[in-house]
This record gives sequence, C-alpha cells and structure tokens, in this order.
Amino acid sequence: MARAEARALRHRIANASSFFFDRSAEVAIGHLAGGTSLDGKLAQLAGRSVLLAASGQLGAAPALVELDGVARRVVILPPDVDPAHLAELAATAETDAVVVDVATPPHAAFDLPLRVEVTPVITAMPETPAAVCRTEWVLLTSGTTGVPKMVAHDLSTLTAPIGAGRRLDGPVVWGTFYDIRRYGGLQIFLRAVVGGASLVLSHSGEPVAEHLQRLGRHQVTHLSGTPSHWRRALMSPAIKQISPRYVRLSGEIADQAILDNLKAAFPEAAVGHAYASTEAGVAFEVNDGLAGFPAEFVEHERDGVEMKVVDGALRIRSPRIASGYVGAGQPALTDRDGFVDTGDMLERDGERYLFAGRRGGIINIGGLKVHPEEVEAVINRHPQVRMSLVRPKKNPVTGSIVIADVVLRSDIPGADELSRVKTDILKLCHGALPRHKVPAAISIVPALDVAATGKLSRRHG
Amino acid sequence: MTIKLTIMDQMAQVAREHGRTLAPLRDDLVLLDSGLDSLGFAVLVARLEDRLGIDPFTASEDAAFPQTLGDLVKVYENGAR
Repeated sequence: MARAEARALRHRIANASSFFFDRSAEVAIGHLAGGTSLDGKLAQLAGRSVLLAASGQLGAAPALVELDGVARRVVILPPDVDPAHLAELAATAETDAVVVDVATPPHAAFDLPLRVEVTPVITAMPETPAAVCRTEWVLLTSGTTGVPKMVAHDLSTLTAPIGAGRRLDGPVVWGTFYDIRRYGGLQIFLRAVVGGASLVLSHSGEPVAEHLQRLGRHQVTHLSGTPSHWRRALMSPAIKQISPRYVRLSGEIADQAILDNLKAAFPEAAVGHAYASTEAGVAFEVNDGLAGFPAEFVEHERDGVEMKVVDGALRIRSPRIASGYVGAGQPALTDRDGFVDTGDMLERDGERYLFAGRRGGIINIGGLKVHPEEVEAVINRHPQVRMSLVRPKKNPVTGSIVIADVVLRSDIPGADELSRVKTDILKLCHGALPRHKVPAAISIVPALDVAATGKLSRRHG
Repeated sequence: MTIKLTIMDQMAQVAREHGRTLAPLRDDLVLLDSGLDSLGFAVLVARLEDRLGIDPFTASEDAAFPQTLGDLVKVYENGAR
C-alpha cells in the first residue's frame, strides 16, 4: 500500500478554504488540520472504540475528520437507528467512549467511560494526539428488521474509489441528498475533504424546495442522491435553483427514464450512475447516459475491481470492499475467493447488463426494503383469503412499489363485495405494517402459480 | 368521472389511508406541498393505473416529472389519448 494511503484524514485535507455547510452554521474544513471540534479531548479518545452519536451531520463531519488515525474504531450511528438496538450495537463494538452533540437525546447506551461533546466551533489543539493508528470505520447496514449489521471499513477502502471517476475542471462544491453517515453520503463527504471541495450537508426533515434553494445559494457543482431523491427533486419547481455540472445517482437501480429526465433538466451536466453497497463499496461508475452497465465491466478487471455473475447475481472483489462484520458469530462478508455476493440480480441484454431486482424477491421501495413473505403473512390472516403473492411493480416515483395478488377462499364475488374485501385487506395491512409495506394495489385472482418445489413462483418481469 | 376528478378523488383516498392532510386542490398546487410524500405519490400512480388503465410515466420514458396538480392532470390526459 502506498505511504500516502496510511496518512490520517486530517492530514489529507486538500483545501484550507473549504467548508461543511449546514442550514444555519458552517465548519471550515481547513481549520481541522490543526484545530479541534472535540472540546480539547481528542487525545483522550486515542485508542478507544468510539460511538459517534452526534444528532446532526455538522457534528458528525468534523468528528470523523478528527477521529481517523486517533480512535481504534468509530461506530457511525445513522440518524434513523432504532434506539432499541443501541445497547447491543455498543456492546458488540466494545465501545468505551461516545461523541455527542448538544441535541443528542440521552440514552443508557451512551453512559460510557468517556463522553465528549462536538461543537461546530473549532479551537486550537491543546495537545497533539499520540501515535497514529489505523482506525476502523464502522457503518450500519440499512437492513429490514432486527439489529443492523456493523460493516468495518478503513480510510483506504473508503477512499480507494476516489479519483477513479470522472474529473471536471474548476472549483467544486459537493452536495448530497444522502446523510453522510450512510455509505453513499460518506463517499461524498470524503470526496469533499480529500478533493478540496466544500460540502453542502442535507438536513433531515428539510422541505425539498428549501434544500434545493440552499444548494443553489452555495452554487453546488456536484450533486449526488438516489434515483428516488432525484425524482422528488424533479417534482419541485425549485429544481431551477441549481445548475450542477455533475449529477450522480447511486443506491438504487437508475432506470433510463430518470437518466433521460435528468439530462433534459440539466443539459450541460454530466449525468452518471454508480453501483455501490456498504459491504462491497463502489464497484463502478457508468457515464454513458444509459441504464445498466457494459458487459465488458464483468469480463475485464477495471481499477482493481473484479466482477462476476454467479447464478444470475453480481459478485465483487476489490480493494474497496469492507474488511468484515464487527462481532463474533457474524457470517463471512466474502466467499472463499474474496468476492462479496451482492444479491443483486442481473440480466444480460446484448452488450449490456441490466439490474433485475434483488434475489429472494426483496423489494426496494425508495431505499426501504420489504420481504414479500412478511406482507403475505398479514394478508393471509384475513378469514376470506386462501393465499397471496406480494411482488414489486415498477413505479416512476419510488422505483418499485408493493402490490398483492390474492386468492379468496370462495369464488370471486361481485363488484361491491370485491371492493369491500380489498378495503378490508388494506385496513388489516395498515394496522399491522409500516406504510411502505402496505400494498399499493390488490388484485383478486383465481389462482397463483406454484413451482415444482411446492413454493409460490416468484419470477416476475 | 373525468380524469381530473378521478385524480383528485384518489389523492384524497391515499391521504386518508396515510393519515395525511391534503391541501386545497387547485391546478397550480405544487405537488410536493399537497400533503402527500413520495410514497403517497407512488401509491397514487399505482391506484390511477388501476382506475384509468394507464401509467403514463412507464408507458413513455419521455414523460416529464409533473410539478403542479395541473401538470399531473395533463400527463394523464395526454397518456389517455
């Protein structure tokens, strides 16, 4: 590994006059090279396993710059982590310190031997932290139910994709619709710090129009989000406030419609989509304006990334993949040959591979995952239902949406009774499931396909 | 029922199911200010396909993203032709 790779993030700050911008405050990134946001306690965090529990991104951002090379491990809590899981996460990661900000809500899991408050005010460093160590950056998976898995990266796996992508001339201001405490947002955070750019942070709950106005005010040049983020932005008249030179999509399947719509909205911009996951890291970027990716990506190693298709699913091996899951008894992150099985299904169309959803039928609704079986179990509780099949349907707003085919115990009734049964099933679902798991539409069908295995046939176009 | 009335009826229906308050529906209402969120609109598109038999967004990849209620009605009226 190159010597430069071993340097801590604070020594890789590329521009002394760049900023992290929040709604109401800002942090000068350059001041972090010799200053601290951690109340003079950075040296006390040396060698510790730190729970990063800042409530806002403007607290998390400087803390991440400072903790790299100092803490043994940093567990980056995303904003939507279920408080019920905090104790187990903290115990598994053997945390012995917590970094909070002024708005972090109290929680028993934060009662650790050392508590440090991060502020957006940078002060001179009282003492230089001890010897530099290789810090483990721990990200949480956005799983379906249960305790999220903790995925361990370090600065070299996280920054390995940077620089391989497209470079544009001129000053750069990054923006992202993501939170920087998720893999997609963290990539943008690191691109800003090591690439010498300012970064306009998103703010949870901020109306789309206000966020776009803020991005426009800072003259954002590079903007990243999921296809769902972008579809929502395109629905806002405030989209006219921004004119980025680079538009980036990741995190979900980018279909041709969203790529074409973005090209039409920003004719001067380069529009690219990236494939990444928390475990596998960024695998590739596609900049030709077309959905899917060229088949040659699989046939030839590119920038150290090797890909193969096994039983229809994408597997990835590269210097960008995580080192493993944190905690005993976790499954291996890679197969025997070091490849991550992404579970993303591919279909070949001539010289192109297109994404065909998740293995096992898991449905992605604008970034939220749904197991069809979980929804079927609720529908099947209805006394008039014999069986049901929950499947994804393509949707222009969220990429996919949940729909259900239902077989009744009796013959298909008349129109009035049919409508009553459907409403009844929907009510049952609304009472038992979060909104994104409730079917958008229910079809009453005479029968469902059952495969030779005796299981419901889940192959759908 | 006209396409416009069907759309307004279904918006009210989805808002009820999702426990949301709908803003007064006028042609120049910005959809993001209507009270429905992304998931609400996703459900609306699926329901309208059920009622009107078309999904103009998936049928044509050129369909631009509507910003106002008037835009949305136009997309469906054009799609129904």
